[in-house]
Amino acid sequence: MIGENNQRITDRPPGYNKWVMVFCVGVMVFIGLFYYSSQKIKYNWRWNRTPIYFAYEDDIDVTSTIDGEVSSIRTDGGEVIITVKGIGEEEIYTAPADSQQVSEGDLISPGDTLATYQKWKAGLLVIGLWITLKISVMATILGVIIGIISGLMRISDNPALRWTAMIYVELIRGSPLMVQILIWYFVLGTLINDFFYSYGLGQVPAIWYGIASLACFSGAYVSEIVRAGIQSIHRGQTEAARSLGMNYAQSMRHIILPQALRQILPPLAGQFISLIKDSSLLGIIAIREVTKAAREAVTATLQPFEIYIILGLLYLVLTFSLSMYVQYLEKRMATS
Amino acid sequence: MIQAKNVYKTFYVPHEINALVDVTADIAAGEVVVVIGPSGSGKSTFLRCLNRLEHATSGHIFIDGIDILNQKTDINKVRMEVGMVFQSFNLFPHKTVLENVTLAQKVVRKRSSGDAHEKAMALLEKVGISDKINVYPDQLSGGQQQRVAIARALAMEPKVMLFDEPTSALDPEMIGEVLDVMKTLAREGMTMVVVTHEMGFAREVADRVIFMDAGAIVEEGTPEHFFTDPTHDRTKLFLSQIL
Repeated sequence: MIGENNQRITDRPPGYNKWVMVFCVGVMVFIGLFYYSSQKIKYNWRWNRTPIYFAYEDDIDVTSTIDGEVSSIRTDGGEVIITVKGIGEEEIYTAPADSQQVSEGDLISPGDTLATYQKWKAGLLVIGLWITLKISVMATILGVIIGIISGLMRISDNPALRWTAMIYVELIRGSPLMVQILIWYFVLGTLINDFFYSYGLGQVPAIWYGIASLACFSGAYVSEIVRAGIQSIHRGQTEAARSLGMNYAQSMRHIILPQALRQILPPLAGQFISLIKDSSLLGIIAIREVTKAAREAVTATLQPFEIYIILGLLYLVLTFSLSMYVQYLEKRMATS
Repeated sequence: MIQAKNVYKTFYVPHEINALVDVTADIAAGEVVVVIGPSGSGKSTFLRCLNRLEHATSGHIFIDGIDILNQKTDINKVRMEVGMVFQSFNLFPHKTVLENVTLAQKVVRKRSSGDAHEKAMALLEKVGISDKINVYPDQLSGGQQQRVAIARALAMEPKVMLFDEPTSALDPEMIGEVLDVMKTLAREGMTMVVVTHEMGFAREVADRVIFMDAGAIVEEGTPEHFFTDPTHDRTKLFLSQIL
């Protein structure tokens, strides 16, 4: 261990520590200049007002729905049970213990507060982040499925399959994701929802069109990654598998795809990091993912600096966790 | 066991080559046939046509009476009966030695894990690799890898074994161990078609030698006839170049 450390130090180029210092000073100068210029335009930093976008304590009122009199107040465990008795009717309300605002015998009208308590709730950004995460996971899974199928179609001998896959890939890669999202929601979405409506079925919510647009988009890129991965496996592997009597599907499943997966994992990870970031466009079809949530928060607070910086960091948390996980997978595969 | 009748194979990519020209051969059960010839003579193509890794352009090939060029034939059923050993081994690098030998048994022959394991162990014992069953192929020498490849093919209990230059990619000191396994197989009565440059093996083990040149069979006969008294000038020239 000690030997290793010594080795490392001697391997460093001359002036190593000096350049580390230069780097640190550079970072500090950048942050300093940034802060200085924000002071110049009299920006009022209020970081203390940002935590409410993560979690906040909400006041919750328990109100009566009927006219009557509080007939009993009982405490049971951690709860208080308030019974309101009206003419020919009775309602029972529960709230956390000691939160009641009334006493026995009080006369109550509908809408009167019986109890008040505080409850922690997830803030706007946390809810948005959850939606972003949900969309990304679903779109990744669908994207992999679409990508593997179209990648296999792309290298098939059957021209119908091969050309379909080629057109799909070219169409998707040749147009902006923003346009594709708009088409999914306003064109395909309208058609599908009208079709469902005419058969008396429910409507597909916007989030599914968002997931579909991202899955189709990344599927086209995954398709090319899968194709390259499969073609990188030596032809002898297929021949060996087929000569043992395996059919196409068996040799793909047991021999080719497991080996191709090792090759394609790094570019695949890059693709899904892009997908997480691309989900920020979905705000345009009224999906309240984290970017849209942040923009709403900015509208309400006029604090774009803090909130957009936080937004950037939140994406970084997601993408960094993903790339860490993929590195772990690569290591695990390398040892097996 | 194997009948090839008037087999032609033409490749069109990258340019037109007549790899096989009117090849007719009949190989009986239990026979060991060695195919020799200069490189590019079509001997490997002929071998690969026998399990349809290459689809012959015309002619007929029957394996155990089944016409493999008929589109209705389930080629995977035929391939179960025809083991193949490649020049470059082609072991599955993501599977251990044991898994290499058990996989196709389980997937294709639908054997239970226990049966496949038992069969694999017996064969790995036979080829002398039973102490390395849990290592990955890249940790083995070329000779060891080729012996595992032979065990992998034998695990399917084929009726015929095809060897496509099995020792050509090996370091000289490892050729012997692979040939020994093949000799054992020949003694046990396996039907074998071997494409090789090992003339010693041909002389010692072959029942019949086929000499190919420019996609056609030039001469065939017993090893004695072939090595001591060849008829054709082309054969004599070839033998003078290699011996």
